[in-house]
Amino acid sequence: MEELDGEPTVTLIPGVNSKKNQMYFDWGPGEMLVCETSFNKKEKSEMVPSCPFIYIIRKDVDVYSQILRKLFNESHGIFLGLQRIDEELTGKSRKSQLVRVSKNYRSVIRACMEEMHQVAIAAKDPANGRQFSSQVSILSAMELIWNLCEILFIEVAPAGPLLLHLLDWVRLHVCEVDSLSADVLGSENPSKHDSFWNLVTILVLQGRLDEARQMLSKEADASPASAGICRIMGDLMRTMPILSPGNTQTLTELELKWQHWHEECERYLQDSTFATSPHLESLLKIMLGDEAALLEQKELLSNWYHFLVTRLLYSNPTVKPIDLHYYAQSSLDLFLGGESSPEPLDNILLAAFEFDIHQVIKECSIALSNWWFVAHLTDLLDHCKLLQSHNLYFGSNMREFLLLEYASGLFAHPSLWQLGVDYFDYCPELGRVSLELHIERIPLNTEQKALKVLRICEQRQMTEQVRSICKILAMKAVRNNRLGSALSWSIRAKDAAFATLVSDRFLRDYCERGCFSDLDLIDNLGPAMMLSDRLTFLGKYREFHRMYGEKRFADAASLLLSLMTSRIAPRSFWMTLLTDALPLLEQKQVIFSAEQTYELMRCLEDLTSRRPVHGESDTEQLQDDDIETTKVEMLRLSLARNLARAIIREGSLEGS
Amino acid sequence: MEEIYAKFVSQKISKTRWRPLPPGSLQTAETFATGSWDNEENYISLWSIGDFGNLDSDGGFEGDHQLLCDIRHHGDVMDLQFFDQERIVAASSTGCVTVFLHHPNNQTLSVNQQWTTAHYHTGPGSPSYSSAPCTGVVCNNPEIVTVGEDGRINLFRADHKEAVRTIDNADSSTLHAVTFLRTPEILTVNSIGQLKIWDFRQQGNEPSQILSLTGDRVPLHCVDRHPNQQHVVATGGQDGMLSIWDVRQGTMPVSLLKAHEAEMWEVHFHPSNPEHLFTCSEDGSLWHWDASTDVPEKSSLFHQEMSSHYAAQAALKLLSSSNLPAWASRGGRSSTFLSHSISNQANVHQSVISSWLSTDPAKDRIEITSLLPSRSLSVNTLDVLGPCLVCGTDAEAIYVTRHLFS
Repeated sequence: MEELDGEPTVTLIPGVNSKKNQMYFDWGPGEMLVCETSFNKKEKSEMVPSCPFIYIIRKDVDVYSQILRKLFNESHGIFLGLQRIDEELTGKSRKSQLVRVSKNYRSVIRACMEEMHQVAIAAKDPANGRQFSSQVSILSAMELIWNLCEILFIEVAPAGPLLLHLLDWVRLHVCEVDSLSADVLGSENPSKHDSFWNLVTILVLQGRLDEARQMLSKEADASPASAGICRIMGDLMRTMPILSPGNTQTLTELELKWQHWHEECERYLQDSTFATSPHLESLLKIMLGDEAALLEQKELLSNWYHFLVTRLLYSNPTVKPIDLHYYAQSSLDLFLGGESSPEPLDNILLAAFEFDIHQVIKECSIALSNWWFVAHLTDLLDHCKLLQSHNLYFGSNMREFLLLEYASGLFAHPSLWQLGVDYFDYCPELGRVSLELHIERIPLNTEQKALKVLRICEQRQMTEQVRSICKILAMKAVRNNRLGSALSWSIRAKDAAFATLVSDRFLRDYCERGCFSDLDLIDNLGPAMMLSDRLTFLGKYREFHRMYGEKRFADAASLLLSLMTSRIAPRSFWMTLLTDALPLLEQKQVIFSAEQTYELMRCLEDLTSRRPVHGESDTEQLQDDDIETTKVEMLRLSLARNLARAIIREGSLEGS
Repeated sequence: MEEIYAKFVSQKISKTRWRPLPPGSLQTAETFATGSWDNEENYISLWSIGDFGNLDSDGGFEGDHQLLCDIRHHGDVMDLQFFDQERIVAASSTGCVTVFLHHPNNQTLSVNQQWTTAHYHTGPGSPSYSSAPCTGVVCNNPEIVTVGEDGRINLFRADHKEAVRTIDNADSSTLHAVTFLRTPEILTVNSIGQLKIWDFRQQGNEPSQILSLTGDRVPLHCVDRHPNQQHVVATGGQDGMLSIWDVRQGTMPVSLLKAHEAEMWEVHFHPSNPEHLFTCSEDGSLWHWDASTDVPEKSSLFHQEMSSHYAAQAALKLLSSSNLPAWASRGGRSSTFLSHSISNQANVHQSVISSWLSTDPAKDRIEITSLLPSRSLSVNTLDVLGPCLVCGTDAEAIYVTRHLFS
C-alpha cells in the first residue's frame, strides 16, 4: 500500500449517534447504507431511543446535479468520437484532431459554467446561490487546468508559440478587463475615469499592446502636456517584436530584434523620459520585465500564473518548455511572498508546468468532487500516448481505472446508466466484467426499458445476462397470469425449461376450461416450437384441434397417434389424448386403420398396466377411479368396434 | 440538413409531439410537447421554437427552443398525443392515463382528467393489485384509445369518467402501439409481429382481422397510417425493419425494407406530404425516406451526387422477387440497405397510386437521408409537422429543425 495522500474527510450524518449504538454499514459501488442497530455493546437492558432511518450516503453527488448532467451527456458524445479517431492517423493530422477534441471538451465545460452562473444569479435562496457559485468556480478551475494541459501536453507548443498560447490562456481566464474596458470607454471622458490607468496597466500586463496604445492616444488628446511622452510610449508598444503565426522569421531573428527593443526601453528609463508621469514610468518598468514593478500590480494580476506569463512576456518571450517549471516555481514563491501557502489549484498548475502528468491527475482526483474531469482528461492524454509507462498496482492502467470509477458512478444514478455502458466498452481489461455486474442490477419496470437493456446485452454477446433478463420478465408475466407474454420471453431467452413450465400451465388451463387461451400466439409459434418437447406438444396438440375443427379427420387422427407413439406427449396427458380419439373412432367412416388402432390399443394398455396400485384409497379416489374405469371400458369398446370395421374395410378393399 | 438545433435538457426524452395547428391556419408549427422517462421525477414539458421578439432573449440564440412550462408526471411517459390545441393525453408506465390542460395565459399545465387504473394485471380492489404500463395512446376527438402491456384496449371519451369500452385480453402479448384506421376501426401492433384490426361496432373480444409477419415473430414497436390512403400502413420492428402493409388485402406486408440496426421506435408519414416518411431507432439514427423521386435516371444521378454528403443514404427499390434488384449489380454503398419484398401480390395493382405500395421496378426509388450528425444513444421519438421536425433522445437532447425540405 502507498501512504495516504491526505486525511480522509469526515462526513457527519445528522441524527445518527454512533457513540451509543452500534452501526450497520453496507457498501454499494457509489453509495453506502448506514443505520443504527439495536445491538448494544454493554448489553444493558435499557433501550436507547435510536434513529429510525436508514441513510443512503452518496459518494459522487455531482452526478445528481441537473446542470452537470448536460456536461455528462454532451461529453459522452465527444468521448465516443475520440475513441473512434483512427489509430492509423499520425503526426500533424492526428495532433490537430486531438486538439479539436480537447477544445470541444472545454467548450462543453464553458457552456455548463455559463448556465450554472445564470442559475446562481437567479437563485432566490442565498445558500442555494452560494452552492451554485462554488460549482461555477470549480468548473472554471477545471477549464483552467484543462486548457493548460492542452497547451503543454497535447499541443506541445515549442519555444515562441508557447508563450503566445500561454498569453491566450491568461486572457481567457482573467476576463474582468472586458467589462472594465466597456465601463471606461462608455464614460464621457475615458481618460479621466477612475480606472483609466488600471485598465491601461491590465492591457499591458496581458500583452494587449494595440488596445493599450489606443487608450494612450485618448490620454494624449485629453492632455496636450503629456501628448509627447504618450506618443513615445505608444511607439515603444508598437515596435515590440512579437511572433506572429504567419511570420516566417526565425527564433534567433526574433530574439535579436527583441534585444534591441529591450535596450531601447532601458535607455528611456535611464533618460528619465517618463519621470513626469509615474503611470507611464511604471508601465515602462513592466515592459522591461522588472519584477518589483510587476509585483506592485499584484491586485491587477490577481494570481501567480498571470504574473508568470507577464514576466515571461517581458523578460524571456522565447522561453523553452523545459525551463517553464523554474519560472513557475519562482513566480509562485515571489507572488505569495511567504504570506500564504499554495492552494490545491496552485499545486496542480505547478505540477503541469513541471510536465508531471501523473501528479496533475493525482492532485485533481483528490481536489475535485467528481470523476468526470480526471477520467476524460486522462483518456485524452492516453490517446496522446503520454501515459503508457504508468501501471497501477491494482486493476489495469490508470486510464481504465478512472474510466471504471466514472462509469460506476453513472450506473449508480437511476437515469444516467445508459451513458456508462459506452465507457465500459472502452475499458479493454475490466470493462466487460463491470458491465456484466452492473447491467443485471438495473431495475426493469417496463418492457421498453427491458428491451433497451436486452439490446445492450445482445450487442455484446452477453448471453448469460440476456437469459437472466428474459427469465425475470417471463417470471413477472407468469405471476401476472400473462402466459402468452411469458412464453414469448422464454422463447426469446431460448430457455427450454421455462418454456416447458409455461406450456404445462397452458395445458392445465386447457384441461380445466376445455379451451385454449392465447391462440394468436400458439398458432404462430413457427420454428420456435422446437425449443422444448412440451412446447412442441402444445403446438402440435393445438394443431390437432385445428385440423379436427376443419374436419380433416384423417390428418388429425395420425397426428394424434404420432403424438403418443413418438413420446412427445407427456404420459399424464395420454388419457386426454385417447379421450380425444373417441369421437374420431365413432365417426361413420373409418378413420383409424387397423394398424393405427392396434397402436392405440397398445398405448391404452401401456397406460393402464402401469397405473400405480393404491394401498389405501379414500372415497374420492374411489370415485375418480370409477370414472377412470368407465372411460377405459368405453375406449376399449370403441377401439374394438373400430378395429372390426377397419379389418372388414381393409379386407374388402384388398379383395376388390 | 444544416440548421438542426440541439439542446440538452437533463432528462431522457421518450416522446415529442407538435401541437396541432388550428384548422385553416397558415402558421408553421411553433410549440411542441415532450415527455421524459427513467428519471427519478418525470415531466411533461411544453417548448416553443417561436421567435421571442421583444422578450429578453439574450440567453438563447435564434432557433433554439425555449421551455414554456412543465408539470410532474407520475411514472415514465410511455406515449403522448395532443387531444386538441390545449389538451395533451399522456400514457404512464403506472397504467394511468392523464389529460393535461395548457393555460396559455399564465403558461402553466394542470391535470384536466385522469383514469388512474386504465391498465392493470390484477384488478383494482384486489389485494394483489398490480398495474401494467400503458404503452400507447391515440386520440380522435372526442375519443381516446389506449393499449398496454396487459393486452387490454380501452376506449375513453373525454367527457366520460369511465371507459366507454374495454376489451380485456385483447392480445396475449404486449400491445406496443395503436392508431386509428377509419373510425370506428383501430389497428394495434404487438410483440409477436402481428397487426390486428378492431372494429368497435362489433361486440366480443375478437379482432376483425389479423395480419402478421411470417416466421420469426419479430415484435413490432410502432405504426402509422398513410394520411390520405387509409389502407396503407407502415410499421417498425425490433430488428429495425420497415414494413409497408395494405390492410385491404393479404395478411402479409407488401414490402419489407431493411432499415435500422436496432429497434425502430417510431415511424411517421409526413402529414401533408406523405411521399416522405421518417423513422428513428435505438441505434441512434433518424432517417428521412423520400419516395417522391420517380424518374430513375434523375434519381440515380442524384444518388451519386449525394452519397458523398450523407453517411446513410441510398436509392432503394421496392421490388417484386421476379426482378433482380437494380442495386445488386451496382454494388457499393447502397447495397448495405437490402430491400426484400414479398411478392404476394406482384404487379397486380396497377391502379394503386401510392408509391409506397408500388412494386414496379422501373419507377419509385426511395432516397434515404440520415438527419443526425453522429450517432450515440437511442433516438426514442420524432414528430413532423409542415417543414418542422423534432426528435428526442436518451442522450437527453432535443433536436429541432425548421427547414426539412430546403
